Amino acid sequence: MNSFSEAAGQTFSLLASADAKLVDIVLLSLRMSITAALIGGVIGLPLGAVIAVNEFRGRRTLIVILNALMGLPSVVVGLLVYLLLSRAGPLGSWGILFTPTAIIIAQTILIMPTLAALSRQVIGDAWHEYREQLRSLGETKLGAAPTLLWDLKFSLVTIVLAGFGRAISEVGAVMIVGGNIDGVTRVMTTTIALETSKGDLPLALGLGFILLFIVLALNAAAYVVNDTAQRRYG
Amino acid sequence: MRAPLSLLPLSLDKVVFEVGSRRIIDAISVSLEAGPRTVVLGPNGAGKSVLLRLCHGLLAPTSGVVAWNSAEIAGSSRRQAMVFQRPVLLRRSALGNITYALKLAGVPFAQRKERAMEALRKVGLEEIGAHSARVLSGGEQQRLALARVWALRPEILFLDEPTASLDPGATQEIEKVIAALHAAGTKIVMVTHNLGQAHRLGDEILFLHQGRLLERTPADRFFKNPASPEAAQFLEGELPW
Repeated sequence: MNSFSEAAGQTFSLLASADAKLVDIVLLSLRMSITAALIGGVIGLPLGAVIAVNEFRGRRTLIVILNALMGLPSVVVGLLVYLLLSRAGPLGSWGILFTPTAIIIAQTILIMPTLAALSRQVIGDAWHEYREQLRSLGETKLGAAPTLLWDLKFSLVTIVLAGFGRAISEVGAVMIVGGNIDGVTRVMTTTIALETSKGDLPLALGLGFILLFIVLALNAAAYVVNDTAQRRYG
Repeated sequence: MRAPLSLLPLSLDKVVFEVGSRRIIDAISVSLEAGPRTVVLGPNGAGKSVLLRLCHGLLAPTSGVVAWNSAEIAGSSRRQAMVFQRPVLLRRSALGNITYALKLAGVPFAQRKERAMEALRKVGLEEIGAHSARVLSGGEQQRLALARVWALRPEILFLDEPTASLDPGATQEIEKVIAALHAAGTKIVMVTHNLGQAHRLGDEILFLHQGRLLERTPADRFFKNPASPEAAQFLEGELPW
């Protein structure tokens, strides 16, 4: 118990002094996770929209696979990306293993199916409601996807925020493909894991607080966005 | 430039629509000409809404032919429109909903806003152009749906129970707009369950029963003296007097 209160005390002085090392780690984490969420969104949302409004062979199978991939174990993603990017792997010549790029790739792969599956669900429900009217007005299926994406933008922002939340709190894949290199690929989660095992609790706890705060702030933001949109746009 | 050929008359030739082994529309042949307001009546499950969707092209017939006088060119703007029982509006302003439809209809950007405003005035909604469409009242939403139609200036308008979920005041407003659309030259084809409304708005009645077209009669004669026993029974059951 003592070690906890001691650590908590030191944590607050770390936070209060905006310790340079701590700030660096937080910024690096944010940068990578935001990038992954954006890339995941740019790929995942249109993919979800296209699957929602089109009928094609294998659509059901694709939906089941996407839904299943939402529960993708992150260490498995880490392992696969590691094998792809390692020197002997097919993309080894890129030389990006143990770089922030590798982390962004792993995080994107991890969250993209979630973004696609959730947006497919939201857009599919709306499509069910709009289909006849949009077809009546002469909208094509190709045109319907962007119309729906725009119409549902607030729900989709929430989905992207959820993806960001998963990316930033992810540890297994990031550890494997990033290598937890100090100052390069050491993010909040991997630092917490490392510092805890080393016994440096103040830094671990400080980062833990920040991570909790970010996740909390995200959820609050998602709630406010949805609630405001609901009241303004119905 | 030559004016485009009229879409009307619309002819249905032995149109059949089946879902699985169930026959919803059973060999309907009819020709709808420009002019008179056509009201489709019939008990629940008679196939009224399905008939409208077949005419409008939202459903494809299992067999038979739905043919316009001049075929609509794929990809060009539609000259027919439909209003549904529950208006489907996008999450944008009332005005934005109309300009969206005008965009799909190929109206140049510069003209869209003006045409949309004019349409809003026609239905008495000019004050709420900037409001979000989906938070309007049910009656206002349906009027907005009609304003959207007005802006498109279709040759023919299909209405599927447009006032079924509205109160009498809102219903009256909608009927006014439908009458004005007709006066402006749009052919009206409407499904309704409201016999009073059929009486007020209909010039001719198509009576459907179990997927078959049993009669096509001028409205005043239909209500006094329907030709088919099914229609007589239907009127007896529906009318309170």
